[in-house]
Amino acid sequence: MGSTGHLSNGKLNLNLLRDYYRRELLECLDKCLGSKALVWDDALTGPFGLIAEYSLLKEHEVEKMFPLSDKGLPPSNVQNIIFVTRPKLHLMEQIAQNLLQEEHKGGFRKEYHIIFVPRKSLLCEKKLKESGVYGTLHYIEEFNLSMIPFDSDLMSMEMEGAFKECYLENDYTTMFYVAQSLMTLQFLYGIIPNIQGKGDCAKNVVDMMLRMRRELGGREPQITPQIDNLLILDRNVDLLTPLLSQLTYDGLIDEIFGINNTSVKLPPEKFVSSSQSPEDAPTEKKKIILNSSDELYGELRDKNFNAVGSLVSKKAKTITAEFDERHAAKTVSEMKHFVSKLPHLQQMRQSLSIHTSIAELIKEHTDSEEFLDSLRCQQEFINGLDTDKVNTYVEDCIGKMEPLDKVLRLICIQSYCNNGLKTKVLDYYKREIIQTYGYEHLVTLMNLEKAGLLRQSGQRHYPTIRKSLKLIVDEVNEQNPNDISYVYSGYAPLSIRLAQYHARPGWRSITEVLNLLPGPTIEEIQQIPVALRKRRSSITSSHSSVMDQKVTLVVFLGGVTFAEIAALRFLAQQDDGGTDYVIATTKIISGSTLLDSVMEKLSPVHLNPF
Amino acid sequence: MATADWNPLGEIYYKKCEVYSMGWSDIVDISKFEVSAAPYGGPIALLKDESKTARVQVSTKPIITVFTAAGKQISQMRWNSGSIHKMGWSHTEDLLFVQDDGVVLVYDMFLTFKKTFGMGQEAKDVKVIDCKIFSSYQGTGIAVLTSTYRVFIINSVDDPRIRRLAEVPGLSSAPSSWAVINLDRQSRALIAKGSELCLIDQGGQYQVQTPDVSTEVTQFLAMSLSFNNRCLAMFTDKGVIWIGSSDLQKKYCEFNTKSPTPPQQLSWCGAGAVVGLWGNMMLVVGPDKDWINFNFDNPVHLVEEEDGLRIIGKYQHEFLYKVPEVTEKIFKIGSMEPGAMLFEASKEFYKGSQKADEYIRIIKDKLEIAVSQCIEAAGHEIDPAKQKPLLRAAAFGKCFLTDYNPEAYVNMCQMLRVLNQVRNHVIGIPLTYSQLQHLSMPILIDRLVLRKLFYYAVKICQYLKIADAEGASRILAHWACYKVQQKNEDDETIARAINQKLGDTPGISYSDIANHALEEGRPDLATRLLDFEPRAGQQVPLLMKMHKDNIALSKAIESGDTDLVYTVLLHLKESMNQGEFFMAIRNMPIAYALFIQYCRQQNRKLMEDLFYQEDNFQEEGTCKVVNSFNEDRMEDRIEELKLAQACFTKAKNEFAKVQTEEQIKLLKYQQRLEEEMNRPYLNLSLHQTIYRLTLANNHKVAEQLRKEFKVPDRRFWWLKINALGECGDWVELERFSKGKKAPVGMEAFVEVCAKHGNMKEAMKYLVKVSPEQKVKCLVKVGERKKAAETAFENKNEEELSYVLSKCGPSDKQLVDTIREKQEFIIIQQRSGSPSECSAKESTSSSDADHNQLALYHVTCQPHNRGYMVPIGYKCTIYVTCPA
Repeated sequence: MGSTGHLSNGKLNLNLLRDYYRRELLECLDKCLGSKALVWDDALTGPFGLIAEYSLLKEHEVEKMFPLSDKGLPPSNVQNIIFVTRPKLHLMEQIAQNLLQEEHKGGFRKEYHIIFVPRKSLLCEKKLKESGVYGTLHYIEEFNLSMIPFDSDLMSMEMEGAFKECYLENDYTTMFYVAQSLMTLQFLYGIIPNIQGKGDCAKNVVDMMLRMRRELGGREPQITPQIDNLLILDRNVDLLTPLLSQLTYDGLIDEIFGINNTSVKLPPEKFVSSSQSPEDAPTEKKKIILNSSDELYGELRDKNFNAVGSLVSKKAKTITAEFDERHAAKTVSEMKHFVSKLPHLQQMRQSLSIHTSIAELIKEHTDSEEFLDSLRCQQEFINGLDTDKVNTYVEDCIGKMEPLDKVLRLICIQSYCNNGLKTKVLDYYKREIIQTYGYEHLVTLMNLEKAGLLRQSGQRHYPTIRKSLKLIVDEVNEQNPNDISYVYSGYAPLSIRLAQYHARPGWRSITEVLNLLPGPTIEEIQQIPVALRKRRSSITSSHSSVMDQKVTLVVFLGGVTFAEIAALRFLAQQDDGGTDYVIATTKIISGSTLLDSVMEKLSPVHLNPF
Repeated sequence: MATADWNPLGEIYYKKCEVYSMGWSDIVDISKFEVSAAPYGGPIALLKDESKTARVQVSTKPIITVFTAAGKQISQMRWNSGSIHKMGWSHTEDLLFVQDDGVVLVYDMFLTFKKTFGMGQEAKDVKVIDCKIFSSYQGTGIAVLTSTYRVFIINSVDDPRIRRLAEVPGLSSAPSSWAVINLDRQSRALIAKGSELCLIDQGGQYQVQTPDVSTEVTQFLAMSLSFNNRCLAMFTDKGVIWIGSSDLQKKYCEFNTKSPTPPQQLSWCGAGAVVGLWGNMMLVVGPDKDWINFNFDNPVHLVEEEDGLRIIGKYQHEFLYKVPEVTEKIFKIGSMEPGAMLFEASKEFYKGSQKADEYIRIIKDKLEIAVSQCIEAAGHEIDPAKQKPLLRAAAFGKCFLTDYNPEAYVNMCQMLRVLNQVRNHVIGIPLTYSQLQHLSMPILIDRLVLRKLFYYAVKICQYLKIADAEGASRILAHWACYKVQQKNEDDETIARAINQKLGDTPGISYSDIANHALEEGRPDLATRLLDFEPRAGQQVPLLMKMHKDNIALSKAIESGDTDLVYTVLLHLKESMNQGEFFMAIRNMPIAYALFIQYCRQQNRKLMEDLFYQEDNFQEEGTCKVVNSFNEDRMEDRIEELKLAQACFTKAKNEFAKVQTEEQIKLLKYQQRLEEEMNRPYLNLSLHQTIYRLTLANNHKVAEQLRKEFKVPDRRFWWLKINALGECGDWVELERFSKGKKAPVGMEAFVEVCAKHGNMKEAMKYLVKVSPEQKVKCLVKVGERKKAAETAFENKNEEELSYVLSKCGPSDKQLVDTIREKQEFIIIQQRSGSPSECSAKESTSSSDADHNQLALYHVTCQPHNRGYMVPIGYKCTIYVTCPA
C-alpha cells in the first residue's frame, strides 16, 4: 500500500473515514489474544487492502492469511483462526466445512472466530448452528465496513448485487447498509441539512436514514455540517447511461480490463522494460493501482480518450525539458535545485511510461472495427434514428456470435431510446438470442424485462427527456470540454444532468421531466441546531467565494460508471459551479458488469449417459 | 499535631484512621462469619455456615447477609443451592458464589438471583478443591482447582468461556498455595509445588521457577499478589515472608516472622507494604524489612484497596494507607516545602497575624506549586475538617497569582463534595480520591444506581453538569425499571408516571423498561411502555417474546432492517404450519420478497410451492426452467421443460411457451444427432448445433434444422460463411456465394477469407463487392494502396481518412500520398461544392515556419452519417494552404 495522502486532498477529508474503519477493525482483532491467522472471503481482500495494510495487521499479531475455500485450512501454529466474511449463506457452508475438517485434524489447540462484514446476520448464524459448528466459535463479531474510500472524492460499497436485489428481487438489504453508511458519514462529517433524491430506492434509503436518526434519540455528534446537500439517485432513473460505451480514459480502462478496488490488471507484454530479455518476460498480469496519488493519472483519468494522446505527449515534452535543465545548471545551487526535483521527475517519468503503455493498449481496442461500429450504432440509437425496427448491425453481431453482453447492451439501448420495443421487434431479438446463445438465456431475458432494461413499447418519454435535459450535444470539444457531454463524445449522462440541474437552478425548474422519470422525487430537510449551522459569510466579503463552495454528496444506488464520475468532477471544476461533489455508490459499474449482475448464470449439468 | 497518628515504616509513614463505626456492632461477631468485601468501598457479604461451627451435625443451610461498608444491612437470605465453596464480588458489585461442583451463581447486592453457569464438566465430576476470584483485564475472573489438580479459568463472569490451563508436571498432591497472576492481558496461575513454583498459562505452556530464598524452603504456605499484580508476597513454612516482583525475577526482601503458622490473611497495603494477620495481631512489613505492629481488641478482616487496606472489625471500619507524599511535604515537622509555608501563611492570615505576609514572601516564586500541593493534599484527606483548611490555604494562595487557572481547584472542590457525600454512612462507600480517579465518575454513579440511590445519583449528575444522555436520563431509566417492580400500583399509573418523568429524553431505552415489566409478569405494562420505544431493533424481539408476532413483523418491515424481518419470519415459520404461514406473509410484499430470497438460497422447493399457491405461473415456470438444467437424465429434463411450458401457457406468456417447446424439440434432435454421428451436440444452442453440423460437412441436416426452426436468412448466411471459413472449405464457400443472393453482401465473404488469411480467395469476391464497401474490403485484404486510389476516385474524404487510420509506420509513403489527396478534396469542397462535412477553420498557427499549416476540425453531423467516423467524433486534418 502506498500512502493515503490522496484521500485527504478533497473538500471532505476521507482519511477520517478510513481511520474510523481502522480503529473499528483493530478493536475487533484485539479481542482475540495471541497470534492470528485471517481466512478471507475473496471479495473482501480488495476493500480491506484499502483500509488496512498488511504491516498494520502484523502489528496486531496477524501472522498468516488464507483465502476461504472448500479445501480446508493449511496447517499453521497460530492461536486464533479468524474468518473474515460477508454474511452470505454459501460462505457459511464453506466455513462450516473448514471447521469440521479442523476438528478431525486435531493437533495444536486453536480458537476460532468470525468477523462479519458489514453485519452479523441471523440467517448465517442459524446456518452455522445447523451445521453444528456454532459452538466451536469463540467470538462472533461484526465490522461495519461498508463505504470504502477509494479516492479523495469517491467511495464505493463494492456490492455488485445491489441492482439485482433491489429491482429484481425486492430485497432492500443493501439499501439498509447504504442508510447505515450514510449515518456513519453523518457521524463523522455532521448531519447533512438538505436531502433530495429520485427513485424508489432513494425514498427507501431516506426514510430509513430519518428513522435511524430518530432512533439515535439525540445522541449525535455536535459537528458543524461539512456536507451541505445529499443527492440520492436510483440507477433505474437513468438506465441508459451505463449501457453506453464510456469514452473517458479510466472509463475505457474499466470497460476493457476491469478496475477492481482502484487497481487494474493488465497484460504484461507492454510493460517489459527493454533491458529484460524476452525469455524472462513476466507471464503474470501486471497490477497497477489507479488513484489520484499518481499525479498524472489524476489528470488523465477524466479526459476523453481522444485528448489523452496529446496530453501525454505534452507531459513527455515538459519532463524531458525539465531533465534537460541539468545541462543548463551551472552553479552549485542550480544543481541542488535540480537534484531536489529529481525524485518527483523520476516518478513522473515512470508513471508516464505506464500510462503510455495503457493508452496504447486502449488504442488497439478503440481502433478496432468492432468498437467503432458498435459506437456508431449506439450513437444512432441515442439520436433516435431507426430505433423502431430491427437493426442490421445488431443482427450481424448475433450472426457472428459476438459476445452476448455487447449484443444485449445494444438492444437495451435501443429499447430505452425507443421507449420500449414493439412486441414483434422485441420477440424477434429475443428469439435470435435464444437460438444463437442458448435457451438458458430465457431467464436472463425475463430478468432484463423485469428490471426495465428491456421493455415493450410504452409512452414516448425519451425524446422529451432528451430535448429538455439537452442530452445530445452536437458541438463537443473533447480537448477542452465545456460541457459534460464530452465523456460520451456528444451524449450528456442523464444522471449527471440531474445533478447539474440540482445545483443550479434547482429541481423545481425541471419538475415535468422529473415526473417522466420513474420513482418518486424526494425532498427532506434535516434540522440542525442553530449553534452548529454554517456561518453565512457577509455579502461584502468577496474573497471567500472558495470557502462558500457547497459540498454535495451524490449517492448512486445500483452503481455508477467512471464516465459519470468524470462528468461530476468536471462540474466540480467549473468556476461558476459553486458546488463540490463527493460521490458514493454501491458499486462502480460498466454496462457489462451491470448486465452481468442481472444475468442468470445457468449451466446445464452433464447428462448421465445411462 | 497532624502527624501524631503517623507510623514510620523506614523512610515513609503509614496512617490508620477510622472510616466508620459499624452499624452492625450489636448483631455481628465477625469471627463467626466468612467475610467477603468488594474493593472500592463496596458492600460486605457475611456468610454464616452453622454446619461448620455447630458441634452437632446440623443440616441447616447457611445464611447470607449483605451490609454496606458502614455496616448497614442491605439484604439477607437463606441459601438454597449446593454447598458454597467460595464467595466473592465481581467488579460490577455482583455477589458470586462458587459451589464445590463448579457451579457459579451470580446475585446482585440485594441478593436477587441474576444468572448461573458452570466451570465445565470436569470440575463438576471431580469437585473443586480451591477457588480464586480475581480481577482480570476483562472484568472479574474465576479460577478453580479441581481435585485432579487441574486449573480451569474464566476471564470474565459476564462472558464465561472456560479455558484449561496447562498441567503442572508431577503434581501429586494439592499445592500448598496458588494464585492467579494477571499481566499483559493474560491470566496465568502460579502454583506452589514444594519448593518450586510453576507458572502455567492458557496456551498449554508451563514454566518452573525457583525463587531466590536464602533460608531453606519446603513449602510456600501462602501467597498474595498486590492490587496491580506486579508484586508478590509469599509465606514459607519456616515463617519467612518473601517479597518480590510477580515474575519472580526480583527479590525486594525477606522478613523472618518466626511464626510457625501461616497468617490468616496475607495481604498487600497498596503496593508498598505486606500485611499479615494472626488473630488479633497485624504485622505490616515494608520492602526494606521495616515493620510496624498493630493489635486489635476484636477479630478483624482485611480488604485490599489499590491505595491501602481496609480493616473491618466488629465496632470499627478502619483504613490503613501510606501517607501521600504531598501530605507529608505539608505536614511533616519542619517542612520548608512551598505547600507547608502556604498552609502556615493561611493559618496566620485567618488568625489576623502579619506573619502571613512573611510566609508568602518566602515562597513567592513557588506559589503556584504551593497551591497545587494544597489542593492535592486536600484530596487525600478523608475528614472534611482536614480538607477545609487545606482548600482554604489553596484559595488564599490563589489570590496572589495573577493568571492562575482555577480549573484544578474547582474540580477538586467538586470531587470532594461528591466524595464526602458518598462516604457519608447513609450511603456508605468509603472511596478515596485516588480510587475515584481509577474508578471514574460514571462508574461511581452506576454504583449509586445499583444501590437504588437514584435521587443522589441524579443530583450528582446535575451538580457535575453531566450530559443527560449519560447522566440523568440513564438514571431515570434505571429508576423506571425499579418502578415497574412495584406490584402495588396498577399498570396505567406506572406507565403514565414513567412517561411523565422520562418523556422523550434522549438515551432512554423504553424497551429495557418494558423488558423488565415483562420479567415481572406484567405484559400489559410492557406493551404500553413499548409504544414509546423508537428503536425497532429493541422493540421487535420483545414484541415477539410477548407473542405479538404480527405487530413485530410490521415494525420490523418499517425499520428496513432485513435481519430483523428474518428474525420474525423464521420465528413465524417455525410456530405455524406452512399454509398459515404463507397466508400470513402474502399481504406483506417486503416480507414475502425476503422469504423468497431465503428460499432461493436454501429451499427452492418451498419457493416453488409458494409461487404455486400464489398462482404466480410465470415465476413457477422460471423455477422449472432452472430445475431442468440440473437434471442429469434426458427424460427428466424434458419432463421439467414440459411442466415449464404448461406454466408459461397459464401465465399467457406465449413467447416463453414457444421457446420452451422449441427447446424440447431441439434437445430431441440433438440427442438423435449424437446417437447417429457420435459427436457431442447436446447443450449447444441451435446456432451452435447448425454451425457444428456445417463444420462436419453435414449440410443436409443443417438445412433441415434451419427450415425446422425458421432461422432468419441473414443470420444463417453469417453462420454458414463463418463455419465454412473456419473449416477452410473454400470450394463450398464459393458454391454458396453463387447461390441465392447473399443478404449480408459480398463483403462478408471477403471478410471471412481475410480473417482466415486466404487473400487469394478474398480477391475472388472483391470484384463483386458493392462500390461503397470496396475501400473497406480492400483495406481488409491488405491492399491499402489500392484502397486509397479507389477512395480518391470516389472523391470520398472520409474513406481516405479511414485508410489513413489503418496505415502503420511502414506505409510512410502511402500516408503522404493520402494526405496530399485529402487536401485536394477538401480544397475542392471549400471552393464551392456543397460540403459533405462541416469544416471550419479553428486555429491557424502564427508561427513563421508553419504558416502554411492551418488546422481544420471536421465534425460529422447526424444528417450525414459517415461510415467510419461516429457522429460527434472529430478528426483533425492538417492542410497546407496554397501560398
